[in-house]
Amino acid sequence: MPKTCLPLGRDLHHHPHHHAHRRGHAHADVPPDPALRTKALESLLTEMGLVDPAAIDAWVEAYESKIGPRRGAQVVARAWVDAAFKARLLQDATRAIEPFGFLGREAQHIVVLENTPAIHNLVVCTLCSCYPWGLLGLPPRWYKAAPYRARSVIDPRGVLGEFGLVLGDEVEVRVWDSTAEIRYLVLPERPAGTEELSEEELAGLVTRDAMIGIAKVEKGRTA
Amino acid sequence: MNGVHDMGGMHGHGPVAPEDEKHEPLWHAPWEARMLGITRSMTFPKGFNIDRFRHIRELMPPHLYLARSYYDHWYAVCVAALLNGGLATKDEIKSGHAAAGSAKRNDAARADQVWASQKSQGVFTRKVETPPLFAIGQRVRARNINPTEHTRVPRYVRGKVGVVQLHHGGHVFPDTNAHLQGEAPQHLYTVVFSARELWGEDASARDEICADLWESYLDPA
Repeated sequence: MPKTCLPLGRDLHHHPHHHAHRRGHAHADVPPDPALRTKALESLLTEMGLVDPAAIDAWVEAYESKIGPRRGAQVVARAWVDAAFKARLLQDATRAIEPFGFLGREAQHIVVLENTPAIHNLVVCTLCSCYPWGLLGLPPRWYKAAPYRARSVIDPRGVLGEFGLVLGDEVEVRVWDSTAEIRYLVLPERPAGTEELSEEELAGLVTRDAMIGIAKVEKGRTA
Repeated sequence: MNGVHDMGGMHGHGPVAPEDEKHEPLWHAPWEARMLGITRSMTFPKGFNIDRFRHIRELMPPHLYLARSYYDHWYAVCVAALLNGGLATKDEIKSGHAAAGSAKRNDAARADQVWASQKSQGVFTRKVETPPLFAIGQRVRARNINPTEHTRVPRYVRGKVGVVQLHHGGHVFPDTNAHLQGEAPQHLYTVVFSARELWGEDASARDEICADLWESYLDPA
């Protein structure tokens, strides 16, 4: 059975029963299939009283039905229709978003970045995968993967091109690397011809991708 | 540490693989949902924190870090935390069952605590007694430091000059917190670098890259 390396750093080595084979890593024979390993882990933790399966269910349910990109879309739509709110949002997003009830894990310290015809903002986390979970829900797979994390800072225009977004040379691209606990949300440009739409209808146009900065909001395409 | 996790500027990982937002599944396998729930609700060793979580993830051997998916990284971190904290043994992890005679705890997070936990966790602002060393608009140079332990100053900005764009007040300092050496809060700044400062003359003259950097990562420039 293949061995799985478990990371144990230098200062994590004091426990005598878990001596590493070589510096930095311990080895354990666990099944290669993550489904089996995860199932075994849940069983063990449940048996030991270190986890309550009902709490696992509740977290899953929270991300499946409560915490998702419709939250961020509500904030964006409000900013599009309410200039005073938009000003507060750009000044202090954490305080402006607080009344929505969206602050929470991975969304306690928020900065909102306004896209304009002159500046396009793009959010990444090169060091791990920091993401405004409380406003956008679960991060998409590509956001957490090496190609996006590696190239967004050195070749943002190339990366945007791979998402189908081509920006003119006259537009400044500003990339925000989430290296701390500040969570960034892009305020996309409001598409032309949407003056008649209600706030709720506008929110329906706002995609998650536009709030990360890899797409624009389009009038004819609902999220 | 100068690990594989510090990916900014690397080549060779191929193109991004976008998924259509409308059709992208929330989970790509059922176990991912379980692993998320386990990580969010399990009892970690005393003092465990997000910076330690990130650091353990960084300690994955590079070939496994690259080969394994995101939630599988979480599995590795949770298991390492359990082993190191003495909460479980390798045999128990392998078998999925507690050793005979081990005591059962009764303090696991309950389902009715999940929402309050989600709302309250993750506040990292702290009071810092010293005034900020840098002002918005000031030129700063990211220090060329190469600690072998946890740090959040990416390699690609080290030694480079930027301008302070935002000041966020005091925030928990990951470099100490990850090693259970205290929160040691410092002023946190967003620093903006020109693409040419970071990547040379072939980069766009317009584009800019911002990074969030703690005060001790910076010198006046």
